[in-house]
Amino acid sequence: MTTTETVEKAEAAEQAESRLTLDYLDTLESESIHIFREVAAEFERPVLMFSGGKDSVVMLHLAAKAFWPGPVPFPLLHVDTGHNFPEVLAYRDRAVAEKGVRLEVAKVQDYIDDGRLFDRTDGTRNPLQTQPLLDAIAEHRFDAVFGGGRRDEEKARAKERIFSLRDEFGAWDPRNQRPELWNLYNGRHRPGEHVRVFPVSNWTELDIWRYIAREGIDLPELYYAHQREVFEREGMLLAVGPVSQPRATETVVTKQVRYRTVGDMSCTGAVESDAVTVEDVVVEVAATRLTERGATRADDRISEAAMEDRKKEGYF
Amino acid sequence: MPTTHQPTLLRLATAGSVDDGKSTLVGRLLHDSKSVLADQLDAVERVSRDRGLAHADLALLTDGLRAEREQGITIDVAYRYFATADRSFILADCPGHVQYTRNTVTGASTADAVVLLVDARKGVLEQTRRHLAVAALLRVPHVVVAVNKIDLVNFDEGVYRKVAADLASVASDLGLPDLRTVPVSALEGDNVVDHSSRTDWYAGPSLLEILEDLPVADDPSHEEFRFPVQLTLRPQEAARDAAHREYRGYAGQIASGVVRVGDEVVVLPSGRRTTIAGIDTADGELAEAFAPRSVSLRLTDDIDVARGDLIAAASSAPEPTRDLVATVCWLSDVPLSRHTRVLLKHTTRTTRAIISAVDGVLDLDTVQIVPAEDLGLNDIGRLRIRTAEPIAAEPYARHRRTGAFLLIDGQSGQTLAAGMVGDPLAGEGDHADEWDI
Ligand SMILES: Nc1nc2c(ncn2[C@@H]2O[C@H](COP(=O)(O)OP(=O)(O)O)[C@@H](O)[C@H]2O)c(=O)[nH]1
Ligand SMILES: [Mg+2]
Repeated sequence: MTTTETVEKAEAAEQAESRLTLDYLDTLESESIHIFREVAAEFERPVLMFSGGKDSVVMLHLAAKAFWPGPVPFPLLHVDTGHNFPEVLAYRDRAVAEKGVRLEVAKVQDYIDDGRLFDRTDGTRNPLQTQPLLDAIAEHRFDAVFGGGRRDEEKARAKERIFSLRDEFGAWDPRNQRPELWNLYNGRHRPGEHVRVFPVSNWTELDIWRYIAREGIDLPELYYAHQREVFEREGMLLAVGPVSQPRATETVVTKQVRYRTVGDMSCTGAVESDAVTVEDVVVEVAATRLTERGATRADDRISEAAMEDRKKEGYF
Repeated sequence: MPTTHQPTLLRLATAGSVDDGKSTLVGRLLHDSKSVLADQLDAVERVSRDRGLAHADLALLTDGLRAEREQGITIDVAYRYFATADRSFILADCPGHVQYTRNTVTGASTADAVVLLVDARKGVLEQTRRHLAVAALLRVPHVVVAVNKIDLVNFDEGVYRKVAADLASVASDLGLPDLRTVPVSALEGDNVVDHSSRTDWYAGPSLLEILEDLPVADDPSHEEFRFPVQLTLRPQEAARDAAHREYRGYAGQIASGVVRVGDEVVVLPSGRRTTIAGIDTADGELAEAFAPRSVSLRLTDDIDVARGDLIAAASSAPEPTRDLVATVCWLSDVPLSRHTRVLLKHTTRTTRAIISAVDGVLDLDTVQIVPAEDLGLNDIGRLRIRTAEPIAAEPYARHRRTGAFLLIDGQSGQTLAAGMVGDPLAGEGDHADEWDI
C-alpha cells in the first residue's frame, strides 16, 4: 500500500468514526418497536404469543418499551402443549403478573381429553398446537398475532415476511406472499383472515442473547447451566419427566446442561454446557457449531421440509 | 484485528440473472465467514450426495422451499444473517428470473448495498442493466458487482477488465453514486472472503472486505429531520406509574436526520409550528436522537397531532400536496388499468387515491420513458396520482422514507405497486417536467 493510500484510509476511518451510527442492537430494537406500534395503530385485536421461551420474553420486553409509559395494549396467548417444563410455567405466570397483562391459554390437553385430537405415536405435541391456536384466534377474533419466529432459525422461516397474511385456515402460502417494501407494512386483510407478525424476524440467536444481557432480562432458570437427570435419544439429551420417560435401553445420567429453546418437554433436547451466567451464554452461542433447532428439536429432523409443511397448515 | 468500534448493521440485497451464481455466492459467504453451522452443512452435504453431486451444493443453504430445491431455482426472497467482528449483515437473497423483478425491488428497498452477480463469460446482459437500473431507481447507496465464474475464463485479467469497464459505463449512465467490482469464483471461493492467488493481477479487497468497509446508510447529521407519527401515547389512569398519568407523547421512528430538545418543528399537513419539549424512551429522556431510532416526542404546545402526521424540521419542511408525479414498480399480475381507485400508504398515513394518468413506462435497457397506457407486472412506469387527503410527500431522490409509498387494492388488500415520488433517476430535486413526453 502506498503512503497516500494509507493516509486516505486513515482519513476515511476518521470520518466514519464521527458519523452518527446507531448501534446494531439499538437498530434492531427500534425496528421491532416500530413494528409493534404499527400493529397497535392499525389492528383491532392483536395478541402476543407467549410461552415463556426466550424469544417470546424478548418480544414482551420490546412491547413494554414500545408503549411506555402506557401498558402493553394487547393480551398474551399461550398454546399449552401440556408437556411443559414446570419452571417455565412458573416463570410465565410471574412475568404476566409483573407486566400486568391478561393471559389467554389454549390447551392441547383439552382437545385430547374430549377426543378432538389424539396423541401421536412419537409423543410430540408440537404439531398438535395448530388447531387450538386457530380456534383461539377465531374465538377471540384476533386479527394480528405476534410470534417470536426468527428468520435465522430455519430455512422456511428465512422466507417469511414480517407481516404474514393467513387465510381462515391459518395457511401460509409461501409462493404467494405480499411483497414487503421499505418499512411500509401492509396489514389489510378480509374478515376471517388474520396477520401473523414477527417483530424479531431480523434477530439472530446471538442478537437475542446479547440483548438479554444488555437489558438484564430475567429468563426461566433452565436457560442456564444446571444439573439435570437426562437420557440420550436419537442424539439428543432429553430430561426425565412425567412425559419423557427413558425406555429400557436408555440409561439415565446426571449432567450439567442448559436449554437453547424450550418447547414440548418430550422432544426438546438439552445441551451440555458450563454457561452459568448470561455472559457465559453469549460466549457459548457465539462459538457454537450447531443451530438452535438442529441441537434441540427432534420434530424438525423429521424431513427436509418439516417446518415448511407445518407452516402451510397454520403453525407458526 | 480487535477493535473498539461499536458493531454496525448493514443490509444487503443480491441481484443478477438466473444461474449467475447468486445462491452459490451467498452460500459461500456464509460458509467462509463461518456462519454456516455444522448441522446445516451436514444437511446440505446429505442432499447433495443424494443427488449425485461431487461437492456440497452451497446454493441449498439458501433455497429453503421444497419447490425451490426441486426446481433448483430461487422463488422468493430469503433472508440470511452473518456477522464479522465489527459488523452484522442482513442479506436478502433475491431470485433472478425476469418475472421476479418485483422481488429485486423489494430487496433493494431496504438495502444499504446491492451485491450484483455477473457471469464473467457473458458480461453485461439485459438483466444486469435492469438490476442496475432498479438499484439506481431505489437509490441504493452502494452497488458491489461480483464478476463471477472467473475460474471458467482461466482467471483472465482482460476478461475482468472488459466487464468492469462496461459496468462503469452503465453506472455512469444511470448516475449510480458508488459502484465497485471484484473478480470472484463463488464455487471455489476465490476473492469471496480470502484473496485468491489465482488472480494476482487483482490487488483490491475481497468481496467480504468491501462489505465490511462500506459506510452504513447516510449520516443522519447531514439529513433533514423527519418523523412520521405512529400513535399518540396517552396512558391516563392506565399509566405504569402515577407520575405519567398526564403524559402525552407522539410515538414513531425517526425517518431521517437528528432531533434535539428545543428544536423548532412543524406538524404536517396542518402546518402548525411548535418546539420539541422532550425526547423519551422507556430507558429515559434523551437530549438528542437520530435516525433510525424509535422514540416518543413531547411538544411544547398543545396542538392537534395524530397518526399519519409528519413532524419535520421547521426550516426544511415539505409542502403537503394532493397531486403526485411518481415512479412506480407494478407488483400485481392484474394490470393497472383495472385499478384506478386505490389506497395509497405513505409513511403512517393511508388515504384514498385515483391514478389520473399513466405518462409512460421505463425501458430499462435505454433507461428512457416510452409512451404507454397501462402497466403490467414488473413494469416500471410514471404516473400522476391524486390523493383524497394532502400528504407530506417529498422527492424520493432526497428522502427515501418520506418519498416512498405503496398502492394497495382496497378490496383484496393486495399490494399493487411500490411508488417513489418524482423521478428518482433524475437525481436530487423534483424534475417532474423532465418526465413529460
Ligand atoms: N465454475 C463455476 N460455477 C459456478 C460458480 N458460481 C456458481 N456456479 C454454478 O452455476 C450454477 C448456478 O448457480 P446458482 O447459485 O444456483 O445461481 P443463481 O440462479 O444465481 O442463484 C450452479 O451449477 C453453480 O454450481 C463459479 O464461480 N464457477
Ligand atoms: Mg438462486
